[in-house]
This record gives sequence, structure tokens and C-alpha cells, in this order.
Amino acid sequence: MKFGIVTFPGSNCDYDAFQAVTDILGEEATYLWHKDHDLQGSEVIILPGGFSYGDYLRAGAIARFSPIMQEVAAHAKAGGPVLGICNGFQIACEAGLLPGALMRNLHLQFVSAEVRIRVENSDTMFTNLYDRGEILRMPVAHGDGRYVAPAGVLEELEAEGRIVFRYADANGSISADANPNGSERNIAGIISEGGNVLGMMPHPERACSALLGSSDGVRLLESILARVAA
Amino acid sequence: MSDVRPRPGDPVITPALIAEHGLTKQEYERLVGMLGRTPTFTELGIISALWSEHCSYKHSRPILKTLPTTAPYVLQGPGENAGVISIGDGLAVAFKIESHNHPSAVEPYQGAATGVGGILRDVFTMGARPIAMLNSLRFGSLDDPRVRYLFSGVVRGIGDYGNCVGIPTVAGEIVFDPAYANNPLVNAMCVGLLHEEDLIRAKAEGVGNPIMAVGARTGRDGIHGASFASEDLSEASDAKRPRIQVGDPFTEKLLLEASLELIKSGHIVAIQDMGAAGLTSSSAEMAERGDVGVTIDVTKVPTRESGMSPYEILLSESQERMLVVAKKGREDAVRGILAKWDLTAAVIGEVIAEPVYRVTEGDRVVAEFPGSRLVTDCPSYSPDARESSAIADLRAADPFAIPERPEERDPAWTLEQLLSAPTIASKAWAYRQYDSTVRTNTVIGPGGDAAVLRVRGTNKAIAVKTDCNGRYVYLDPRVGGRIAVAEAARNVACTGARPMAITNCLNFGNPTRPEVFYQLKEAVAGMGEACRALGTPVTGGNVSLYNESPSGAVYPTPVIGMVGLIDDLSHITRATFQRDGDAILLLGELGGELGGSEYLATIHGKVLGAPPRCDVEREKALIDALLEAIRAGVVSSAHDCSDGGLAVALSECCIANPEGVSGAEIDLSSHSALQDRAILFGESQGRIVVSSPAPERVIEIAAKAGVPCARIGRVLRESDTLAIKLPKRSMRSPLARLRRAYHETIPGIMARTPEHATFDELAPVAAH
Amino acid sequence: MAKFRIAVHITPRKGLLDPQGNAVRDALHTLGFKAVRDVHVGRYIIVETDAYDALTAEDTVADMCAKLLANPVTEDFEIESAVPA
Repeated sequence: MKFGIVTFPGSNCDYDAFQAVTDILGEEATYLWHKDHDLQGSEVIILPGGFSYGDYLRAGAIARFSPIMQEVAAHAKAGGPVLGICNGFQIACEAGLLPGALMRNLHLQFVSAEVRIRVENSDTMFTNLYDRGEILRMPVAHGDGRYVAPAGVLEELEAEGRIVFRYADANGSISADANPNGSERNIAGIISEGGNVLGMMPHPERACSALLGSSDGVRLLESILARVAA
Repeated sequence: MSDVRPRPGDPVITPALIAEHGLTKQEYERLVGMLGRTPTFTELGIISALWSEHCSYKHSRPILKTLPTTAPYVLQGPGENAGVISIGDGLAVAFKIESHNHPSAVEPYQGAATGVGGILRDVFTMGARPIAMLNSLRFGSLDDPRVRYLFSGVVRGIGDYGNCVGIPTVAGEIVFDPAYANNPLVNAMCVGLLHEEDLIRAKAEGVGNPIMAVGARTGRDGIHGASFASEDLSEASDAKRPRIQVGDPFTEKLLLEASLELIKSGHIVAIQDMGAAGLTSSSAEMAERGDVGVTIDVTKVPTRESGMSPYEILLSESQERMLVVAKKGREDAVRGILAKWDLTAAVIGEVIAEPVYRVTEGDRVVAEFPGSRLVTDCPSYSPDARESSAIADLRAADPFAIPERPEERDPAWTLEQLLSAPTIASKAWAYRQYDSTVRTNTVIGPGGDAAVLRVRGTNKAIAVKTDCNGRYVYLDPRVGGRIAVAEAARNVACTGARPMAITNCLNFGNPTRPEVFYQLKEAVAGMGEACRALGTPVTGGNVSLYNESPSGAVYPTPVIGMVGLIDDLSHITRATFQRDGDAILLLGELGGELGGSEYLATIHGKVLGAPPRCDVEREKALIDALLEAIRAGVVSSAHDCSDGGLAVALSECCIANPEGVSGAEIDLSSHSALQDRAILFGESQGRIVVSSPAPERVIEIAAKAGVPCARIGRVLRESDTLAIKLPKRSMRSPLARLRRAYHETIPGIMARTPEHATFDELAPVAAH
Repeated sequence: MAKFRIAVHITPRKGLLDPQGNAVRDALHTLGFKAVRDVHVGRYIIVETDAYDALTAEDTVADMCAKLLANPVTEDFEIESAVPA
């Protein structure tokens, strides 16, 4: 399966995503240049982390106007899988692929740490190899990761099972202490109405090696493989 | 030679103008002698920059020459943008440390950010992809609200820049001491990885090759204070002429990718950062290395503002700019690569056969120097060196004459005080603001003895660390210099790495004062002794002098940046206790020294006594023994014993990792010849706390290497206490209390309202 | 005492590199707003304060700018006339 990893000017986790797909998953990956209009036959699109366009103005605000984003939006509309990680999540929100927005962390500081997230929905194309309620360890590294959305949207997300990951502590409880950025309802990741666009602040591509601390992210990539191949 | 005459409007060269450019009368005469005429204002500016301490090393060069710089694996020693060592498999590591002390004192956020940017460029201009950043920081006491402002600004600046470029910040140290109150030290180190065949040097070559300015446009940023000397400057125009440099990490990221692509493309012969003294020093240094002439037309340099004079263009320190020597005829190919990254390149000059350094403004020659003498003919000084008698007296003082405080009857009290001393306490408050995991190579990140990064495509890893205890260097510069190197080597070795080479950043006071020059000379001599004994040559570095404020000089602080190599990923070793029931051993001697310790400073408010002895041969034996034990697979954890002594080291082994806390039981009761406080908190060198499932093997390996090694206790995973039996008493410290002291001190202090806050403090810009 | 409302514009100090402004300018160019010559991104702050008169209110806000609202090393500020609130 071919993964397309979008490189915006300022993306800096594109390489990590590429390595995770090729090295760990053993699948094909290609970088998609922001100025291009061609997804090069990619079946899965990853919007990687980083600071697209320096994140000046607002995180993700400029990236969504890139030529490649028109193609990504069309791909998403057609039901193609899109995984937005960190800055990619911000871009997906700015581009309207996902509801809500990501604001400056509550404590106003960048946060780089390993966090735990609880799998809230294991019935998505990105999480089908996890168990519901399973606790995963993954790094976060962001300054604007506080997920916010209007109350009605939050209710809708809850009701439709579209909150995929929540920050949790080691015992799985959803506490304020476990929330690294002040996200509403400890939201760490959400999925689109169609179930094909996942946005998340934690970095699954950085959690693909026990040597580096956690390999909990591998099954996220494998889930896509399992679902799309099926 | 050309006819060089002053530009219309140039200020007249007067003794006052010369003085404002920082040149002595003798230096000015030397300049006139070199030119055979009166210099122009532009030439004066050029020389002022090139003969500054920062560019010329005029006070340190003769001393630096005494350092060892070679080893079979050193591919590039001092004199280039960064040092480079081979790590086998056709791979090499480029690394360098640099100071940004003064800019950070003026504007901590931008000062630190641009410091990170500069050192990144020094590494990627060698053809290396940066893989890690380290920072060595010194501040005054955190009780001072201005220090809190500086500390948080510097940390935010480092984080925002490195995070945005996408280079993990993985290690470093942060020390708080009143000696740095008005003069913080901000040293940044970058480590990069390259294929040996991609190594490129900043050496201008090939007559007729075009010289190109690449990246950001040139503005009036950071122009040497002397440029404000021109007479027509009013206060109003001063406001228009900002000196502070502003960093743009986004452009840096593009420049990084574009530069690496350029180097791979084969279209260029040399590339160098326009760093300190900007275009002037980069072009002059590249010409000198290549032993060629250059000519540059300043009207071709893309500027950000109109009306910039040649003087300003030559001396601007605008960030994110590169100087490139391209191959003739490849100009468009170079432009093409840059355009892909939305960057521009302009031809601004060429390499010429005539041995001159010439600057023109269109057709007019505004500066011309003969040959490479611009760089090579700079003055060199060996001022008087004399130890301060006040410091000698401090060193002679007996720390054991200081009576214990009543609270010290319970050593657990003392231990908690030390663990909550900001220099010792966890710095997670700072490094949680640094992305330490991007690029997915970080095996051990901030908080370990050294950081460890795997090398993809091999079974190897590299370990990196910065170190220096300025207090030791202050009390005895020779010993302190030795210790700085030895401690960095021990830290790297504790992760399983063989120490390979160092870079250094010499932060000292005003070298024209004999007591400061003495410190510089002695500290470098001590470093040299340790480097020779440990087999870790110096591959480059940076000198920052004049770190003084009205209250005096900073502690002499020669920061060592060490790189080590781990041959097998299975050798990677962590500092904290890993396994229940492991024996705890002390490699090295118990010691019993107290001089220059954190204990004296924190508990008694005293900086005195002789710093701990440092026998570099024994340090070498210790490291060899440790590495042999690690390779034999009998070491579960290894932690260097440094600030705060054995008790602090043991506590850190128990509680430094909040995710994996262990208790321990220690018995030191047989050492009745020593004072309890010296056993617990003395900082004798050459000691490593090791935990092992096979203590006999460790003892055997140590004995063979002639290194003392004693079994002192065991790891109790389920215990909630660190218990230590001493000759005269026993102590039991609940881990919860140690954790609180260690982990909660700095966040607690930083939560206090920063009295000198700026708006940025409350709402950081560009923090994502 | 009366209540006043004072608006403050804070912009990157003139002549300093403005990475944020440049990035926005370039993006606008890409979107077809070719006529854009320059962009600067700053902050707009509204302070409501009690003061004896408008002049005093403005002076106080200028002081606030120097002490907290603006960074004198990197930013310029401009204070609008105080209006009764």
C-alpha cells in the first residue's frame, strides 16, 4: 500500500512518518510536495507534524491553501484515509476536514513529554487493532494542542463515537493531571464524520520502537493496512 | 592595487572613531602599516570586526594551540565551521559549541534563539544533517525575578527555534549561581550526522567561481555598536537602526534543506554561515582558507532596507544567510535549488587570482586589503597572568573548619536541601519545552547522564553531553579544567559510550586583567591534560571573553561538549536503578573531600576550599573499567557522581525517573576515618554508581584495571526509602520527600509571578 | 474618576526582521494578492481603566506598554486616544 506524506515548507516530522511507514510497516511511502497537485497514487495520506509556513499567523492557517491540500481534500471527500498528526491535525481543522480548532496550550508553554492516551473507539480504520479502553504511550510535542469546539460539536463527537483518543493516566482515568494541554474533555484525537480522517496531537510515528520508549503507535499504522486491504 | 578613497559622507577617521571601533593605537598602526595608507571608514569597520576577540581569538589563540587536536578518526579539527570525526560505516559526526551570552543578556528570547540558529548553520554547512541540540546555561539565583525572566526567555527561545526547525534538544546543563547574575551564559551545541563523502569545507577555490549570497536578505540587524559612530546619527535615526537580531526558524529550516541539497548537488565548492561579523568574516575566512583573492560588490547583496551603506552590508548580522562559492556556470542550478525552497541566491562577487580582499560599491572600490593578511595578520596577545591572591586564600581555607549546622544532625534534611538546590534539582521544567523526540533517534533524552541517539542503518549510537563546574575552575582553574573534561567523559561513558572528542566554549572575564588571563591559561592547560589522558582531542570551539558586569567576572566556565560512540545498541545504559535486588557498587574511591562543593554553597553559603583532586590517568582507568563491565553485560545502570556527591547521586538513581522509582539500602559504615558529611556530600572525582546483577564480575573487571570498587548496597524496587548506614549515624529518606525536593522545586519557583515579565512572557509568540 | 477605553497597537519594531509578517505576505502573494507590498502582524490590546482624564489615562497606558504590554527591544507601540467607556 502506498502512503503519501505531505511536505509543507516547515514540516519536520515528514521524515519520521516516512521511516515509520517504510521501516516499521514495510510499506511504500512517497513525499508529496506542497506545490504539486498530484497525490502520485497514494492510498493513504499523512499530514505530518512540524511548523508549516512557520505556523505564523495561526498553526496550519497558511498550509491549508497549498495546492496539494486541494487534492488531499478531494481524496478525503472520496473517503480516502487521511491521518493528521500534530501540525497535521491543526491543518486538517483549518482546512475543515475536521471540526473544532487547536489553541495555545493552557499553560502557555510548549510541551514535550510522553503521555498516555486511552483508546475510546477501536472500531475505526485507524484503531481496529487496539482494544477499547487500552492505554497507549506516545510522545507529544506541541505548543498549540488544546482542542476546542462548540458545545454542540463536542456532544456530537461524543454521541457518534468520534472522540478516538483521550489523555489518561496510567490507570486509564481521564484526569486533569493527565491532560498536557488543557484540551476539552481530554481530547487527544478525533475522527471525521465519514470515519476516514483522523486528527491527533500525540505522535504515533514516534512510538514505533521499543528502543526509543514505545512501540504503541505501530498498530495504528497496521490498523489502516488491515482495514484498507480488507 | 586599486585606488581606495573614502566614500562621500564617510566619517573622518579620528582617534575617537578608532577607539569606538575597539582598536588600540597599536592595532590601528598595524592596520595602517598593512594598507600603506589611512583606512577608509568601511575598512575600519571590517578590521574592527575581524580583529575582535570573537573573530580573531587574539587573546586565546596561543593558548588554544596547546590543546591536542588529532586522532586517527578526526576528519576535521579546529579552524572550520565545525569539527568532524569518523564513526565508521562511512559515517561521520560534525559538532560544535558556541556562545550567545551577550545577546541573551540583552534580549533573552531572541538572543538564545539566534544562538541556536547560528550553531545549526555551522553544522549543516559541513554537509551534516543536524540530529541533536544541547545547551549549557548559567544564570544567577532564581530568587531574583530578573533571573527568572532571563531563564524563562532563554528556555523559550531555545525551544521555539529548535522545535520549529525540527532538531531535538536532548541534553545540556543548567547551573544557577550568583556569579552569573548579571551575565548569563548561553552556550548552544549542535551535533550532525553525515556521510564522509559529503564533507565539505568552507574554502574558497577556483578563480572565476562566483560568490553567492543565499537565504534571507541583509538588514541592519546586529551591526557592531561602532557603526553608530557616524556623526549624522541622531537619536531619531538610532531608533530606526535596530541592533538586535531576530531569528526566523522557518527560514532556517528551508535553508537547512536547501543547503544540504546544494552540497549533494555538486554545484558548489564551499559554503559558510554569515555569522558573527556577517559577510565580512565569512568571505575573508573562506578566501584565507583557500589562499585566493575575492572581490565583492555590495550593491549586488539583496537587502531588506534601502540605503544601506557598504559598512552596514558588510557588518550586518542578519540571520539565516549563507555565503556560497558556486562552480562557474552553475549559478542557475544553484538558484533552482533555492527556488524550490522559496529562497533566493544572488551573485555578489567572485574568486580572483590577485591576492587581495576587495569590496566594491558598483565601480567604486570601498575597501581593499592585501592577500589573506586580513585574517592572518591580526594581533595576538599574551597578557600578564597572575592568580588573584583572594582566590588563592579561598582555596587554602579548610572546609572542615566550618561547623555543621544543627539541622545537619539528620543528614536526610541536608540531602533534601541539596536535591532542591536549583543546580541539582530536575530541570524538566525547561526541557519539557524542548522537543526531544523529533527525528526518532532519541534513545536517552534530557535528564540522563548523557543523551544517546541511535545511528540509523547501523547498530551504533552516539552519546553527547556538555559539562563544566565553574566553581571548581574559579577555585583552581587547572584542576577545574581537568574536571570539566573528565566529568563530560564519565557522563558519556555511563551510557555505554567510548568518549571520542570534544568541542569547547571558553566563557571567561576580561583577559586583559592578569587574574582572568591566569584562569584562562590554567584552565586550558588542565583541559589539555585531561584530553590527552582520555584520548579525546579538541575539534573546535568558541571563546567568549569579557563576561563581566560591574559586580565582577563570571566564574571561569570552560564548557566541554563531549561526543562518545556506542558500538552496540545493547550497550546503552541508563542512570537510574533498573532491577530489583541488583547490587549497588561504587566504582572509584569514596574520597572525603568537601572543597568547592554544592554542599558548602547551599548549606553554608560558602565557596571555598580546594576543589576535588582529579587524576586524569585514574579517570581513564575508571572509564575503561566501566565500559568493559558494560560490554560484559553486567551493568544494569551507571550514574556519574558529581554535584552534591554520593548521596545526591544515589537519590537520583532512585527517583530521577518518576516512572520507575526504586528504593535502596546502602551501607557505608566501615569508612570511619571520614566525616559523614564528606562521605555523603563530598564531590571527589572519578566515581560512578553502578548497579549490577553480577557484582563479583564488576569487582573483578575493576580490579584488573586497578580501579577501586566496593559493593555498597542493593536496589529494593518495592521499598519507599533510601536508607544509608554511616560510621556515626544512619539516615532514612522517604522517596516521596526526595521526589518532592527534586522534581517540584523549579516548577514551584517558576510559578511565582515574574516581576519583570514582558507581554511575550504571558503569551509566547510562535510556540507550537 | 471616569472610565476610559484605550486601544493599543503593538507591532514589530520598525526595521527588525518580521518573520511572521513576511510569511503572511508571501502567502497572500501565492493566493493572488499580488499588490501586497508588506505585512506586519502585531497585537491589538484594549485596556479599560479609571482615570482623572483622558490624558492621564493615555499616560498610564503608555507606562503599561513600556513595562509589560510591549517589549521595548523588539516592538513599537501606538496608543489611540482614550475614549470614555
